[in-house]
Amino acid sequence: MSKTRYERPVIKKLETGMPNKFGTRTEYEPMTHIDGVAVKDLIKEFGSPLFVISEKTIRDTVKKAKKAFGTRYPKVQFAWSYKTNYLNAICNIFHQEDSWAEVVSGFEYDKAINLGVDGRKIIFNGPDKSEQDLTKAITNDSLIHIDHLDELYSIRELADKLKKRPRVAIRVNMDTGVYPMWDRFGFNYENGQAWDAINKIMHSEKMELVGLHCHIGTFMLSPFAYGTAASKLSELALAVEQKFKHEIKYIDMGGGFASKNTLKGSYLPGTDTNPTFDDFAEAISTVLLNSNFKKDKLPLLILETGRALVDEAGYLLGSVISNKRSSTGRRNTIIDVGVNILFTSFWYDHKITPAQPFTHYSEDTCLYGPLCMNIDVIRESANLPLLNMGDHIVIHNVGAYNMTQWMQFITLRPNVVLIDLDEKPHLIRIKESLENMNSMERVPSHLTFDR
Amino acid sequence: MKLRKNVAVSEAGLLFNPVTGESYSVNPIGVEIINLLREEKSPEDISKFILGKFATDKATFEKDYHDFIGILEHHNLLDSHEETKA
Ligand SMILES: Cc1ncc(COP(=O)(O)O)c(C=O)c1O
Repeated sequence: MSKTRYERPVIKKLETGMPNKFGTRTEYEPMTHIDGVAVKDLIKEFGSPLFVISEKTIRDTVKKAKKAFGTRYPKVQFAWSYKTNYLNAICNIFHQEDSWAEVVSGFEYDKAINLGVDGRKIIFNGPDKSEQDLTKAITNDSLIHIDHLDELYSIRELADKLKKRPRVAIRVNMDTGVYPMWDRFGFNYENGQAWDAINKIMHSEKMELVGLHCHIGTFMLSPFAYGTAASKLSELALAVEQKFKHEIKYIDMGGGFASKNTLKGSYLPGTDTNPTFDDFAEAISTVLLNSNFKKDKLPLLILETGRALVDEAGYLLGSVISNKRSSTGRRNTIIDVGVNILFTSFWYDHKITPAQPFTHYSEDTCLYGPLCMNIDVIRESANLPLLNMGDHIVIHNVGAYNMTQWMQFITLRPNVVLIDLDEKPHLIRIKESLENMNSMERVPSHLTFDR
Repeated sequence: MKLRKNVAVSEAGLLFNPVTGESYSVNPIGVEIINLLREEKSPEDISKFILGKFATDKATFEKDYHDFIGILEHHNLLDSHEETKA
């Protein structure tokens, strides 16, 4: 006779009235499979913790975004924001879906070139571009988005030296009604810096001003702010047209669209409240279409959307190490996923689902990571079904920024697996080993031991 | 370990403490344990019974059992003056 599945005994006080800080329980189904592959099998083959990325979800999300913009505006181009997730396999999915590359460092630039991206389809953003980086970008005819005047002058000098006419844009920061205002990157619109930089470029004639760029913030919940930004960039483009009879080829609205995650402290889940691609597309395209661009002179609309395109495709699988109680009787569960690999747990209340069947009994739980550090908290308060030691969990919406901002701290970084469209898993990044770490270190001879 | 005399638990897992007026929800295995406690079974007997019925091991159950008893005590559901029956 087979025994009944074990669940630890629990007793919970019934409270009437107010919802508590743990919120209401939302997970009613276990997540036993990801794109047809059993979580149990994935952990057995590739270990725990494990990042899993769904190729299907990425491609479906890109299609949704393209459709939202493409049905509203005639000329749209996405550029994949490398820093969001620059695993080579992931970048290549975006490139196969016709995305250009958006990079912010020499390292990211070289990565794109290495992957075979056409230099003319690389957008080079950011405040730190060395002379060597700029030389490469100018030689490859990449799109250089200028952040400050020192960079502008360096490019002007390099243009002479290399006998090339670099294609440039300026990054513009502005007041869009969203605070805090991001004004540390680029040239300010309201105080005239942006117009000043444009005039310097146009008068020098050494560079071709092809575009105008902004990136007004990240995890933006207000489509309206994008409307304001699009309107300010349009005004600048039209002013250039009028003064210099020069056509601005593109307006780059940057990234920042919120993904489906839930920001810490929000009462309602992000899936219910965050704006959709359609909302952002409507706000931006309406402004561009209503502005004074002639019909055949509408600028190309570039989008550097990062998190909203990849967050949902990423899962982090983990296992329960132990259940404890705090001194006040609260349930504490320790899992093998720490904040060093789930950086975004500082910003989000990630959705967490058990990977095996459970009953409707639940406990208010604090989820701790495995690091011997007080800050290692994955969820301060989650109402979770009863988890046993060794049980598996699925953490949702982790595709953006975790696989780039993760840290080798106390533990080693885990494997990353991609599930392809035929539901076949592929290892796309191998977990770190002690040998990897040691290979970068050198011990001076007076500190070595003869054993 | 003994349950307070007039604490009642229904088969569906609803527990009522008439002394404090508080209600609780208990999962099925918790109901089994509470009923065994009412019958004044020893921890060893309870462990034997549970291990015979549920797919778990002794160490796991004993840890969870002590945790559960701790919470029953916390909610004042145990008769603290009684000695544990052997
Ligand atoms: C210039 C630029 N473009 C695009 C992005 C992508 O932003 P997000 O992931 O919020 O869409 C960033 C991220 O910070 C950025 O700095």
